[in-house]
Amino acid sequence: MAWAVFLILSFLCIGSVAAMILSRNQAHNALFLVLSFSSLGGLFGLLDAPFAAAVQVLVYAGAIMVLFLFAIMMFNLRGELPVRVKKTRLAFTVGLGTILLAELLLAGRKLVLGSPGAASAAGGDTARLGHFLFSDYLYAFEITSLLILAALVGALALAGKREGS
Amino acid sequence: MIPPPAAFFILAAVLFVLGVLAFFVKKDLLTQFMAVEVMLNAGNLAFLALAKSLGKAEGQVIVLFVITVAAAEAVIGLAIIVLIFRQRKTVQTDELKDLKG
Repeated sequence: MAWAVFLILSFLCIGSVAAMILSRNQAHNALFLVLSFSSLGGLFGLLDAPFAAAVQVLVYAGAIMVLFLFAIMMFNLRGELPVRVKKTRLAFTVGLGTILLAELLLAGRKLVLGSPGAASAAGGDTARLGHFLFSDYLYAFEITSLLILAALVGALALAGKREGS
Repeated sequence: MIPPPAAFFILAAVLFVLGVLAFFVKKDLLTQFMAVEVMLNAGNLAFLALAKSLGKAEGQVIVLFVITVAAAEAVIGLAIIVLIFRQRKTVQTDELKDLKG
């Protein structure tokens, strides 16, 4: 059962990213990415991380991609973007990607080939996660809030400028 | 039963490579930026798979931080892209080559 869910979700995820690569419409790209991130949220849930799954769907599929869509609306680009991908460049990229994939799988060979080991079930406890956030990682947590404030102010300062000023 | 962590690692690797491919193949800033988000998500998936297989909650904490930083990064990046579009009227990276001597 879990295997079926995993296969469906990973197929959706990889398929929509592939569709993003093939599609030329930016708005479609953003919507494909919403699908991809939502299915990734399902995979997070499969990994006993319900809070991460909820945050993934709310923040990524919700907030960030809506931000992207707003940006695309602002650009108001008419028609599809022309494709002028050079053959050599494409071949180079695919070769590079293949090498990178081989490297990643090689690096994780032990993890992939080794026995899965006894996974303890305690990893996905949201209460424990909250405890961690507000004890061991309190400093990092507070810095994160500062970072978001800085991003807010920075975005206003950058994009809020009037034309020509 | 839940698939072994190895399956999730392979998926994360494939997703990361697809993100890299999208970054290099695509020519407009916005889609390249989306490709960066795909790569970040592949990293998140690997973190969660490790957290699950090691039975530790720290992996989830890191994922939360990554998502927060990614949100901040998306805000700033999009603001910069909007600025570029206002000045140049394009988001095609081929036309932004002032640094090419």
